[in-house]
Amino acid sequence: MQELDKLVAEAIALFGGIDDADALEQAKARYVGKSGALTELLKGLGKLPAAERPAAGARINAAKHQLEEALQARRGLIAARALEARLAGESIDVTLPGRGRGMGGLHPVSRTMERIEQLFRSIGFEVADGPEIETDFYNFTALNQPDNHPARSMHDTFYLADGRHLLRTHTSPIQIRYMEQRQPPIRIIAPGRVYRVDSDATHSPMFHQVEGLWIDDSVSFANLKGVLADFFQRFFEDPGLQLRFRPSFFPFTEPSAEIDMSFGDGWLEVGGCGMVHPNVLRNVGIDSERYQGFAFGLGPDRLTMLRYRVNDLRLFYENDLRFLKQFV
Amino acid sequence: MRISEHWLRELVDPALSTAQLSDLLTFGGVEVEAVEPAAPPFDRVVVAEVLSVEKHPQADRLNVCRANAGTAPLTIVCGAPNVRAGMRVPAALVGARLPGMEIKPAKVRGVESQGMLCSARELGLGDCADGLLELPVTATIGMSVRDLLDLDDHVLVTKPTPNRGDCLSVLGMAREVAALSGARLKWAAPAALRPQIEDRAAVTVEAPADCPRYGARVIRGVNAKALTPEWMLRRLARGGIRAISAVVDITNYVLLEMGQPLHAFDAARVAGGVCVRRARDGEELKLLNGSLLRLDSDYLVIADAKQPLALAGIMGGEDSGVTGGTRDVILESAFFMPEVIAGKTRELGFGSDSAYRFERGVDFAGTRNAMERATQLILQICGGRTGPVVEVAGTLPSRRPVRLRLPRARRILGFGVEAAAAVSILERLGCRPVLAGDTVEVSPPSYRFDIAIEEDLIEELARVTGYDRIPAEVPVARANMLPAAEAQRGAATVRRTLAALDFQEVVTYSFVDSAWEADFCSNPDPVALANPIASQMGVMRSSLIGGLVQAVGFNASRKQPRLRMFEIGRCFINAPGYPQPWRVGAVAYGDAHPQQWGVPARITDFFDLKADLEALLAPAVAIFVPAEHPALHPGKSARVVLDGQEIGWIGELHPRWQRKYDLAASPVLFELELAAVEKRPLPAGGEVPKFPAMRRDLAAEFEESVRFGDIIAELRRAGPAILRDVTVFDLYRGEGVQKGKKSLAFSVLLQDTQKTLTDAEAEKAMSELRQILQEKFNAKLR
Repeated sequence: MQELDKLVAEAIALFGGIDDADALEQAKARYVGKSGALTELLKGLGKLPAAERPAAGARINAAKHQLEEALQARRGLIAARALEARLAGESIDVTLPGRGRGMGGLHPVSRTMERIEQLFRSIGFEVADGPEIETDFYNFTALNQPDNHPARSMHDTFYLADGRHLLRTHTSPIQIRYMEQRQPPIRIIAPGRVYRVDSDATHSPMFHQVEGLWIDDSVSFANLKGVLADFFQRFFEDPGLQLRFRPSFFPFTEPSAEIDMSFGDGWLEVGGCGMVHPNVLRNVGIDSERYQGFAFGLGPDRLTMLRYRVNDLRLFYENDLRFLKQFV
Repeated sequence: MRISEHWLRELVDPALSTAQLSDLLTFGGVEVEAVEPAAPPFDRVVVAEVLSVEKHPQADRLNVCRANAGTAPLTIVCGAPNVRAGMRVPAALVGARLPGMEIKPAKVRGVESQGMLCSARELGLGDCADGLLELPVTATIGMSVRDLLDLDDHVLVTKPTPNRGDCLSVLGMAREVAALSGARLKWAAPAALRPQIEDRAAVTVEAPADCPRYGARVIRGVNAKALTPEWMLRRLARGGIRAISAVVDITNYVLLEMGQPLHAFDAARVAGGVCVRRARDGEELKLLNGSLLRLDSDYLVIADAKQPLALAGIMGGEDSGVTGGTRDVILESAFFMPEVIAGKTRELGFGSDSAYRFERGVDFAGTRNAMERATQLILQICGGRTGPVVEVAGTLPSRRPVRLRLPRARRILGFGVEAAAAVSILERLGCRPVLAGDTVEVSPPSYRFDIAIEEDLIEELARVTGYDRIPAEVPVARANMLPAAEAQRGAATVRRTLAALDFQEVVTYSFVDSAWEADFCSNPDPVALANPIASQMGVMRSSLIGGLVQAVGFNASRKQPRLRMFEIGRCFINAPGYPQPWRVGAVAYGDAHPQQWGVPARITDFFDLKADLEALLAPAVAIFVPAEHPALHPGKSARVVLDGQEIGWIGELHPRWQRKYDLAASPVLFELELAAVEKRPLPAGGEVPKFPAMRRDLAAEFEESVRFGDIIAELRRAGPAILRDVTVFDLYRGEGVQKGKKSLAFSVLLQDTQKTLTDAEAEKAMSELRQILQEKFNAKLR
């Protein structure tokens, strides 16, 4: 039986030197294959006396088992090495850029207008819209600015060649169109393009406005201050932001105010607002004794400039992609 | 308006610094846009008399002067050409700091100079550097020039809102300051002058509704060449009014002081009396600014027996104004109704200080005071003798009492003003309040044209109290949810989708060049502006294409190799009611992909953009119908049809426009109705097929003219029921395919919803499809 131990030792040593899966299997055949050495030994059991057979059989089987284990271990090692080699061969440069197309983006003023809409929607304002070619009635008269009112000179108006229509100078006509259709409570925000005959470094003949309107039975000037302060703090994500309200004049609100926002060490004008003038409510058939409320107009272009530190309004309308791509 | 702070403080002098005074006004409702010092800072500059002038021994152009500046005589070297003994000039003493320079004792070419005699420019008082600033011979020697010329004054640049015509004068501002600060107004109406001559101005008012008060008086024997006093010139200059001649300067001075426009006629150039009437059609008038007007009955004029002399309340006429030779003057102080003047300056294209005030409302109770004040100044400065005031009065604007309910004020403001405080505020505003319970009855003063209803008074209470004292309170409101239409995505979602598809949003002008409308829309008659800012921005766009093409050109010329942009905006149709549809447009130009490794570079084409369009519309599926569009290549353009409706266009820019608009290649574009893009069918869940599908391929050759869309449509229409989907996976031309033909390879998906398909059933379906291709499209199967 020393022969058996020797055989096992020899086989294990042989397996341990093989690095190839096929060669391993061939080596295996030399011991446990059809005519392998161990197989031959098992075949020779019959020649032994019956009393010795079980013990000899058990020893041979144990040896066979030992060889199987050694094979298994070697197979695992060879497979692991093969996998390792494959992985090493397949590795890529993950720092190369991804393929495919890029990502576009929104115009910065759109971003701002969406943000304004979102903030006001969160307290129940609906978004309203209206035409940009307006009539004199909606742009001025219904807003308490009769013909030749000096307040009209505050707006340099683009008129159509037909003499009866104009490009809206503010988003306030949307108030009128909306209120004509509904009774209070009314809570709307109306963003859009507006037009004035004005063009220099700080004025574009086309720019944007967002109109806000809240009419209910007890909405007050204090509420106007509260809502706008809340808005500006949320918009700029600055709970320390301060607002200042300066008395002003708009024909369609009374009392009226200009809104200044704290900015650095100073103040910047960011919009106008006021309590909706009773004549305006009367013009659209809302009882001004029963209902009251506020309106405001904000300049999204200005807010965009402040928020994203843009110092020239004209960049918004030049459509230089190198500029616009910064706001993706 | 510009006013001198010192002048204002003569009328009301609250214990406030200049900055505080400015804030008081701004936060009281009269915005002070700027506070400008009357002169830059300098010190130790005093009045000096030049005692003697001698040539500098060493320099031809210099003089050595002896000057008396109130102390021991000084020796000062001076190079000014106008220096002469006896004149009084500003002398900067040693140690003086002037704008940009400091005066030190110095030797000038060997002569000790103990200071500097100054020009206006050296003191920062203007551009005149020709010579020394000559001071009046009466100026006190040794007096600070700042005091002499009132240079520590400031100009308050105010911007009263259009409803506050009453603030367009020093007196009006003083009233406002008094009301806001509580300081006392130091102003008394000028005394009526006793007439020195009998001559009465002949006045008729034919338009009493337009001119409810017209006052005139004759002043004879004036010296129209008299010099306007320095102090008056200074205040006019600080008020931004150019000096003209003594009489005109005086009327302007009173305009600034009291807000009442006045006009002086040369009596010798008025035939008969003056008449206030509407102009007659075709009458002509040459105005002081040189413009010649053809009048009509919209205009109110002051006329004599023969012709219009002045445009009432707006501007005097050239032929009746005061000149150097004028001896006798007819002085006018009138009240014209705001409605008569309003809008006229816009029609005329020029304004005037007078019209600016009349259209906002001038104090009709103040015409007489202004007349007396101006007369007083004329007599004082120009001499002469005055006649009595002749006044024709009609029905003046009413000042109806207004009732203010304090509880309503509280409700509107969200802040209560105590009754006593309210009464005090209204008293200070000259409103004569009478309190009864919680209601105040108010009679607005004649100079306020903006107090007619309760809200006007609520505003007064709020602004005088201070907006900062009203708390900021977030309202408590009903918490209804907003509607959320799911079958409708908003423009915001469309924007985000396009951005995700690699398009950058742009905003182009709504007004465009009419050539764009002609080129891209064949639109000869777009909506035109009457007053465009530039001719290439003269019409309203009826399509987004022009703006997108321009944006491509702009960026392409800046060497951007790949452009993908979109815009969402309104277009404007010249039809009754001006339809203004919202559209979404997109353009792609240049490289199909961002430059990158592993993807061969190529130029973007129709099908790239079509894929984007399809992705934008998904899950809706549009049909593309070949059709021609003026902007697009006739062989590479299609109408986009969704649910049987035309919703827009897609195509490559016509090569003609590519050349005209100077692009290296033709961009591809689409433009769709936003409303159609916003629609999204609500999804409805169906059963997932239980039985496996079979995939088969099908290839055939077709004539080039056969369209893929037609083939697919026909297969879907006429194919077997188990045809689930058919797509094209190859398009081939070239070797093996006859010239003028193309080979298409289709992938066919077959599926039965009720059972597993057999090979035989699949083969039968495929042969049906092959038959359709052969019979309908003359295909040669491969």
